[in-house]
Amino acid sequence: MKKQEIHNKNLSKTRYHMADNISGWGFIGVAVAVFVIFTLYPVISAVITSFQEYKPFGSEFVGFENYITALGNDLFWKSIKNTLVYTVVVIPLSLILSFSIAIMIVPFTKNVQSVFKGIYYLPGIASGVAISVVWLWLYDASPNGIFNRVLALFGTTSQNWLSSSKTAMLSLIIMALLSSHGANIIIYIAALHGIDNTYYEAAEMDGAKFFQKIRYIVLPMCRPTTLFLLVTGVIGSFQVFMNAYMMTGGGPDNNTTMIGLLIFNNAFTYGKYGLACAQAILLAIVITALTTLQFKLMGEDIEY
Amino acid sequence: MATGLYSQHLHNRSIFYIRNSLIAVFLIAFAAVSLFPIVYMFAWSFGPAIESASTSYNIFPGRWSFDSYKAFISFSNYSLKWIWNSIIVATFTVLGNVIFAGMAGYAFSKIKFRGRSFLFFVILLSMMIPYQVTQVPLYILIVKNFHMTNTYPALILPGMCTAYNIFMAKQFFQGIPTALIESAKIEGCSQLMIFNKIILPLSKTILSVMAINTFLNSWNTFFWPFLVTSKEEMYTIQVGLKTFKFANGSLLSPMMAGACISVIPMFVLFFSLQKYFLEGVTVGAVKG
Repeated sequence: MKKQEIHNKNLSKTRYHMADNISGWGFIGVAVAVFVIFTLYPVISAVITSFQEYKPFGSEFVGFENYITALGNDLFWKSIKNTLVYTVVVIPLSLILSFSIAIMIVPFTKNVQSVFKGIYYLPGIASGVAISVVWLWLYDASPNGIFNRVLALFGTTSQNWLSSSKTAMLSLIIMALLSSHGANIIIYIAALHGIDNTYYEAAEMDGAKFFQKIRYIVLPMCRPTTLFLLVTGVIGSFQVFMNAYMMTGGGPDNNTTMIGLLIFNNAFTYGKYGLACAQAILLAIVITALTTLQFKLMGEDIEY
Repeated sequence: MATGLYSQHLHNRSIFYIRNSLIAVFLIAFAAVSLFPIVYMFAWSFGPAIESASTSYNIFPGRWSFDSYKAFISFSNYSLKWIWNSIIVATFTVLGNVIFAGMAGYAFSKIKFRGRSFLFFVILLSMMIPYQVTQVPLYILIVKNFHMTNTYPALILPGMCTAYNIFMAKQFFQGIPTALIESAKIEGCSQLMIFNKIILPLSKTILSVMAINTFLNSWNTFFWPFLVTSKEEMYTIQVGLKTFKFANGSLLSPMMAGACISVIPMFVLFFSLQKYFLEGVTVGAVKG
């Protein structure tokens, strides 16, 4: 005991000052309290709940049963598959799209650039609910719907965009591509401005043309940005909930049931808290694995 | 600047102008596509308050009126209160984050106290956990244990000081020279005085960006308010709009009016503070 006390005393003398300890903890006090109550406790509680069958008064410990139920459930795998398809299509396409747009915006003057940035970013500040409500009508199954009007221009018959199993997922993908690129474009523009002109000048002396500059200068220099957008994009996409909930309700025939919607339904429609927690933890594991994988594949020579 | 990416065609300027015009045409076309849903929403919000199925409707309404706004507002006795609720929740969420995440960010970057690096590591780690993990325990805690359904604290407290904002504040404060703080200390300033008199005036921009980002997120958030409100009078505008959508599936114009009501405050904010919005996008995303 005594030794420990002396050791502590020495430690605080050499490395920390009492006054700093007090003011430090005073400054973070509220933040830590909020963090412990509303993040740390729920995470720990989620792990515990995932091994229980929830009952209002005294939950029952059931071991790995919830995990076994989750992994043995076809709908769980289907929702993983749906989420994966959605992610694999939306994220790369949206990165290519925003990169191309950013490349096209940079030759203009600063003022023109900020006008375009503003325009492309504008849809991004509307809420998910509002965007869903609008797109619901764009996909209206009657010939009056905007997408059906576009099809009519090409002489194709009207589609039941959201309620046919052939087009429901496609509809959600198109919507994601056309309503969430603003932030990515702005981030890419910032990255493009970070590339020093001397690189291009040197390349020009070697006779590099536009696409060679893109290939050998811009793409490698933008790699940290691409990795960042890829990682955050995939993480966000795996948690997607709003569009499936508002637009299709997961249907038809669970063809658009994303993992986020499945967890929500299990928890708040059926009250299976234990199962929902187990699925959420499986989701967290999948996301962590995917993030690690992306860093392994792309992040080798990137310094942070 | 990235101007060197493109050839300036100094020998033949007309190629330069033709190329830039072609790019501009494409960018404007794509902008039109991106903005179309927003334009459609605004235009049809002035359409008639009748079932769309009963009539073949056009791309834009024929006669413009405020009928649909009236229809949306009269849908519930509390339609206008939803906006008020959203304002209250977003305002207090912003205050909490700017004050407490700001203070925490400062302490994590500039005060050497015991447990600092471990605590920051734990907070950083928590940012990687998907919200699905915490939603059920949080719901049980607030609704079943604390019995706080349909109260402002239930809507505000969980988001009052986010890990993301703490992280952002810390990153920024780290850039402020420590010598500035040390000299103030020698002059006899307490940490609180240093924070108020030196740090805050230096960080107006970052705190504004944080405030705007947080306000926007709080205003647009649907999931949590949806879980902890059951009385119409405590809905936020997003929950109200969702309820309206599920109750009146075929009323095109009133639905658009509701969507407009939910986005117009943010659009006004965007146009008046565009600089901070756009800055907020790149904060934390691009190095340097």
